[in-house]
Amino acid sequence: MTPSYASYNDFKDQLLAAFRDNEERMNGERKAPIHQLRRAALKQFDQLGFPTTRNEEWKYSSVSGLLKQPFDLDDTTTVTADDLAPLEIPNLDGNLLYFINGRYHPELSRLVSPAEQVKITSFAEAIKAEPELIGAHFAHYADYQTNAFTALNTALATDGVVVRVPANTTVEQPIILRFITDTRTKNSTSQPRNLIVVGKNAEVMMAESYRTLGEGASFVNVVTEIVLDRDARMQYYKVQNETEKAYHIGTTQVSQKDNSHFYSATITLNGHFVRNNLNIVLNGQHAEAFMYGLYMPNGRQHVDNHTLVDHAMPNSYSNELYKGILDDNSTGVFNGKIFVRPDAQKTNAYQSCKNVVLSPGASMNTKPQLEIFADDVKCSHGTTTGQLNDEALFYMRSRGIPKDEARTLLLYAFSQDVISQIKIQPIREYLERVVTEKLTK
Amino acid sequence: MLSISNLQASIGEKEILRGLNLEVNPGEVHAIMGPNGAGKSTLASVLAGREDYNVTGGSVIFDGKDLLDMAPEERAAEGIFLAFQYPVEIPGVSTTNFLKTALNEIRKYRGQDPLDAVQFLKLMKEKMKLVNIDQSLLSRSLNEGFSGGEKKRNEIFQMAMLEPKLAILDETDSGLDIDALRIVADGVNQLRSPDRATIVVTHYQRLLDYIVPDYVHVLYKGRIVKSGPKELALELEEKGYDWIKAEAAV
Repeated sequence: MTPSYASYNDFKDQLLAAFRDNEERMNGERKAPIHQLRRAALKQFDQLGFPTTRNEEWKYSSVSGLLKQPFDLDDTTTVTADDLAPLEIPNLDGNLLYFINGRYHPELSRLVSPAEQVKITSFAEAIKAEPELIGAHFAHYADYQTNAFTALNTALATDGVVVRVPANTTVEQPIILRFITDTRTKNSTSQPRNLIVVGKNAEVMMAESYRTLGEGASFVNVVTEIVLDRDARMQYYKVQNETEKAYHIGTTQVSQKDNSHFYSATITLNGHFVRNNLNIVLNGQHAEAFMYGLYMPNGRQHVDNHTLVDHAMPNSYSNELYKGILDDNSTGVFNGKIFVRPDAQKTNAYQSCKNVVLSPGASMNTKPQLEIFADDVKCSHGTTTGQLNDEALFYMRSRGIPKDEARTLLLYAFSQDVISQIKIQPIREYLERVVTEKLTK
Repeated sequence: MLSISNLQASIGEKEILRGLNLEVNPGEVHAIMGPNGAGKSTLASVLAGREDYNVTGGSVIFDGKDLLDMAPEERAAEGIFLAFQYPVEIPGVSTTNFLKTALNEIRKYRGQDPLDAVQFLKLMKEKMKLVNIDQSLLSRSLNEGFSGGEKKRNEIFQMAMLEPKLAILDETDSGLDIDALRIVADGVNQLRSPDRATIVVTHYQRLLDYIVPDYVHVLYKGRIVKSGPKELALELEEKGYDWIKAEAAV
């Protein structure tokens, strides 16, 4: 039985106690290497503590609001397929996995891809059944030494997905992970952990989607580790559409080998406080990484995207485009770091962040950071933050298009540069619909 | 059709139109000429409803309605069209999509049913011939990366699609070579009809060789200081604007 939050001084104490509580109930697993690793991560979390705005990485994103929320760590729920129906993405084919409060629910999910194309298991199951695989990858990529939230997830994560695509295989159907936080009866948290290992010359499309049920507060702290072997290709989308009481902190950590291609899109439609870390290490030659992002906060929403591309080897390519539409009193952060290591000659790295601020109360902080240690490279970066183009609005109105319609058309077109990149059609159509709804509100 | 009386307009503190009068009847083509800074483009912008300008006096009646009371989109729906001197680039919105939205909004305003995709394409094909515009241009983002000539041709194409009662061409000749000028003028001429009127704003007489006006007006310091038949344009071409300035100073 998890003690109630009222018994602790603060959220951190509660989380530390949950770890010890879980440990006490272990039967012979305490000595397993993975548990030792978790202990190290917990120790690190304890030392680091939750970041404050004095930490440069969290300068514009204060988690103090999160720490004031009382959360219940118990992840049991009674969600049924009927409860999920309103959250459905129409016409979604393929593998659909539901995680409620971070816990995999096979009775709500469906796996359609044949086993020879892909192995999909829950993280909880993989820890027991495939300790070697977990041992070879788990926490090898995502840094729990300096990132407190990654440390916390590494220590506490109990479930998520483990996906393996064998070499020379194309997974024909996409794999959609739906993370639902059920807050109907209490404030809920989850620590999902995903591991995706794509073999040589294999190909897969995946999406993570985040939603909330109910009116309570939610806190999702997710870590996804992705490993692409030589010549592997992956489409990876993260779609966030949570409530006004949702806190989301996530890290996607990608490791790419020679000639692998990674295409990502991070779309934040709604959420109270969102921090996405996307870290890509190009650990091979002729590897390519594409990062697209779209965020459209309104009200008092806060969206922070931190990206890092680490060009560790020569001849690789990265291209990044993030776009923001900020309304009301919302705030946005974009921090884009590009490292070009001394060995990484002939690197091409491009970064662009464009923002439209619709209201005087909204604001955007952008910070490109280029650290280049090789001399034969092509890098560029640019950020723009401005208002909707008045000339364009007048031009459209002079042709008979009413002001609101013209505004929607312009903003929709602005968002299309990112949304059109999404190759899973039902997800793209869903986004087009939700974006239009949000713009015409 | 259009009755402008004693129109005064300013931008910021600067007074630009200082009591302008003009009557335009259906079927007529009026040329507005004048030296730089006379207020030619301001007149075009005020008629189309650009919010940067403040109307400080006078009135503009269009088909019996007070034009100055209307939003730009209402003016468009009532039948006013401004061909821009500098057409604006609209990234991510194709000319086709843009015009379909515009046309159906105008139809909605007039209480007409929207055109469906088939009807719209048929109309578009018909009007494309008028200005010799290419389909591939129309599926690209509106004006983005278009040459000067392509932008102006696109303006006339839009005009042909929206079939305004009153078209205002603001320095449509600027930046055009002679071939492009001829194509644009041909398009405008084909749209001439007894129930439509055109105001051609231009600095040079050249355009008026191709779009022959019924009346020529000289705008100077925010007023029309001289009006006459089309020959007035030739006189201006020959003598420049100095004699007008001298006359106006008297």
